[in-house]
Amino acid sequence: MSAPPDPPVFAEPWEAQVFAMVVSLQDAGLFTPGEWAEALGAASRRGGGPTDYALWLETVEGLLAARGVTAPGALEARRAAFARAAAATPHGEPIRLENDPGA
Amino acid sequence: MAHDPGPHEPHHHPHADHDHGHDHPHHGSALSPMELRVRALESILVEKGYVEPAAMDALIETYETRIGPRNGARVVARAWVDPAYRERLLADGTAAIRELGIGGRGGEHMVVVANTPEEHNLVVCTLCSCYPWPVLGLPPVWYKSPPYRSRAVIDPRGVLEEFGVALPATTRIRVWDSTAELRFMVLPMRPEGTEDLDEAALADLVTRDAMIGTGLPQGGRA
Repeated sequence: MSAPPDPPVFAEPWEAQVFAMVVSLQDAGLFTPGEWAEALGAASRRGGGPTDYALWLETVEGLLAARGVTAPGALEARRAAFARAAAATPHGEPIRLENDPGA
Repeated sequence: MAHDPGPHEPHHHPHADHDHGHDHPHHGSALSPMELRVRALESILVEKGYVEPAAMDALIETYETRIGPRNGARVVARAWVDPAYRERLLADGTAAIRELGIGGRGGEHMVVVANTPEEHNLVVCTLCSCYPWPVLGLPPVWYKSPPYRSRAVIDPRGVLEEFGVALPATTRIRVWDSTAELRFMVLPMRPEGTEDLDEAALADLVTRDAMIGTGLPQGGRA
């Protein structure tokens, strides 16, 4: 007689990364737990979708942009660099930004 | 894993001409749009010194493996066997939970509400899915879904029935709305016929859902 196993808490690795980023940024003092709850709640009401980790990511990107920490343009450029790095990385090897042939 | 050569088993067939002429490179990797967004944000934050990859990995490892509903189950089992602890737990949840070495980020401002034959408690967070991570682990997917969050408030009895919890009509249901400043946990009733079990065996009966109020302990009846 034992409790049934709980389902995995993260469906994919990126969800865990988002969770850890948000907690780390609170530790670093970029926003308080209350500010985070408010921003996430507002995003949830706007979107009407589940409060899932995609919404967490959208919310943290918005908070950081609003505070001038990460400019949307810089994020866009970095995503493109990672996409090029991935394409240039042999399958099964870690994808590193240094592998971006366009860098 | 058994070796069962399925239709996709590679390298067992001579190269056919469809191996060539693809539009995309054969040997590269790909990241999903979500992965690209996460990696881009993380790498910029690391460069600026706001987050550290090693610290993030440690956080994930902690929440995935060491922290979880088992912590909350220990709290419940202690309250079942120790009436004085139960009193302290209901009076000051955060302090009593810390007595067992459980606490920290997300485990502040804990309020523990006890189920009785007259009253059943159900926890929801209508605002944003606030949840006591150190005690209950990370929240289940349904906890974060708008239908649960809205219906738990409007029709708690219906929601409980969907979770397989049929309460006597005489049992009141109280719904508690968690916030960042106030996080609730349910102390379920000890199931009958468990007088012979020790604390560890009792903890095994306590499910995560029993501590949210959408379930009952194993062997428990409403």
